[in-house]
Amino acid sequence: MIAVRGLAHRYGAVEALRLSEWKVAQGERWLVLGPSGCGKSTLLHVVAGLVHPSEGEVEVSGENLRKLEGARMDRWRGSTVGIVLQALHLVRHLSVRDNLRLAQYLAHVPQDNARIADTLGALGVAEKASRRPSELSQGEQQRVAIARAVVNRPKLLLADEPTANLDDSAAAKVVDLLAEQAARHGATLVVATHDSRVKGKFRERLEL
Amino acid sequence: MNLATLSASYLRARPLNTALSLILLALGVATIVLLTLVVGQLEERMQRDARGIDLVVGAKGSPMQLILSGIYHVDAPTGNIPLAAARELGKHRLIRKSIPLALGDSWKGNRIVGAGREYPEHYGVKMREGRFHEKPMEAVLGAEVAARTGVGVGGSFVGAHGIGGEGDEHKEAPYTVVGVLEKSGSVVDRLVLTSIESVWRVHEEHQGPEDEADRKALEEAREVTVLLVQYASPLAAAMLPRQINSRSELQAASPAYETARLFSIVGVGVEALRAFALVLILAAGLSVFIALYTALEERRYDLAVMRTLGASPGKLFGLLMGEGIALSLLGALIGLGLGHAFASALGAWLESQRQFPVTGLEWRPEELWLLGVSLVVGLVAALLPAWRAYRTDVSRTLAQG
Repeated sequence: MIAVRGLAHRYGAVEALRLSEWKVAQGERWLVLGPSGCGKSTLLHVVAGLVHPSEGEVEVSGENLRKLEGARMDRWRGSTVGIVLQALHLVRHLSVRDNLRLAQYLAHVPQDNARIADTLGALGVAEKASRRPSELSQGEQQRVAIARAVVNRPKLLLADEPTANLDDSAAAKVVDLLAEQAARHGATLVVATHDSRVKGKFRERLEL
Repeated sequence: MNLATLSASYLRARPLNTALSLILLALGVATIVLLTLVVGQLEERMQRDARGIDLVVGAKGSPMQLILSGIYHVDAPTGNIPLAAARELGKHRLIRKSIPLALGDSWKGNRIVGAGREYPEHYGVKMREGRFHEKPMEAVLGAEVAARTGVGVGGSFVGAHGIGGEGDEHKEAPYTVVGVLEKSGSVVDRLVLTSIESVWRVHEEHQGPEDEADRKALEEAREVTVLLVQYASPLAAAMLPRQINSRSELQAASPAYETARLFSIVGVGVEALRAFALVLILAAGLSVFIALYTALEERRYDLAVMRTLGASPGKLFGLLMGEGIALSLLGALIGLGLGHAFASALGAWLESQRQFPVTGLEWRPEELWLLGVSLVVGLVAALLPAWRAYRTDVSRTLAQG
């Protein structure tokens, strides 16, 4: 699913990430662990095709990302990768349902209300579909963010610091939800975090 | 969900900024629409009413006043001229057609004009009901007068001295309505036509001649107010006004010259208003720019997240441009509607004042230009914010959030 060779990325003169090799098989669940500033987020951005690495080769789902450019890269990302961010970043003025519709629209996936209802239902927030994000609790917002990431049935689900600022119980729930959704859709899951509390939930770990 | 609905949802999410941009743009466009409609209709109306009239001859005074009262019936006449002088002038070899008019009275604010059949015929006005006046004290109503007063054939009325209807009524000399004219879109619609003899009779009755000698003296002193003249040849334009103006009791005024002068005077105000409206439109453009640009900061995570969801930089550019276009088009459409509504309101007021009618139900090609200008303003205003959205550094933005 993911094959990384000789990867390095620099922001100006500062090296943000170096990773000689990393291989992830389809359907695996990986934890990328390390302290703040070690390059976890950069690795996820590289794998999602949001940044081109300074050096090295990255292949995701059979695509050499170096060869994907512009609109092809964006289209590929929309249909292949789902991303859950630490700050969630739901679009505030759109309803929960419209946040998921937006994900379908931007990924060029036909608008499918049944799939949206099914996805929200699976995450237990179906009855919140018409609400704005500001009307939801933090936990509900987290579920909606996961729903938005999986609504297009991505092959790869990435989560960047999904448990930061959550208590133990909430952090465990979020990781379980991510794992459950990845399994439900047959997606590979990569969670980047500095939170060692969730270590035990992953067999595969990459320490940066 | 598409780019348009997404743009609209962002605009709805900032109601104050959106409303300010829309109000500024709508007011600017409405002002220009109102000016375009009023000036355009006024010019057309004045040209139509003056068509075929090369010269207006009347008493000495302001030439513009002579034109306004003699052709458009919106001002007081400069005075009267002797009938004999008018008749003599009418026989001039350089004059093809002359139409004498006797003015001075009104009925409910509608001017009573003493004129022969050739006057409505000059404007191609046809009879809708009844017949043309044949005897003194018979009157024919213009279409608007009939509609406004509700009086038809067989009705009667008394005129009042003066053109505003505020003078003494000539109760001893009532008019009988014998015909109603078809609506023609000309000045005749707003007039009450009668024979010149009727006007004389009303005023002679008023003066009360006591014997035949008095009556004869009155007849010799009879006057008309203006003579509408059509030249027989282009040479007349060079010679006739000078000849007439050299006579002590007459004044000649050219409608073409005086209306051009009038529009050059009024035009300064019109251009000032138009410039003000353009400033409003530019201010609206600035408002759109500020609204979109300042919103970028609070939207930068939204834009970055959209990139993670598969949006291309071009789509983000299109989103911001869409918001600029939506604001400008919506503002322009509201402005067009407002402009026409203002014109209708103004038209209703002018009609109540017996002035030039203006309608808001007419659309002019210039309005398409206004839509185009508004669109360009919106596009230019959105360009820089859209470019910044296009250049969003997703990775760096997400790393900050």
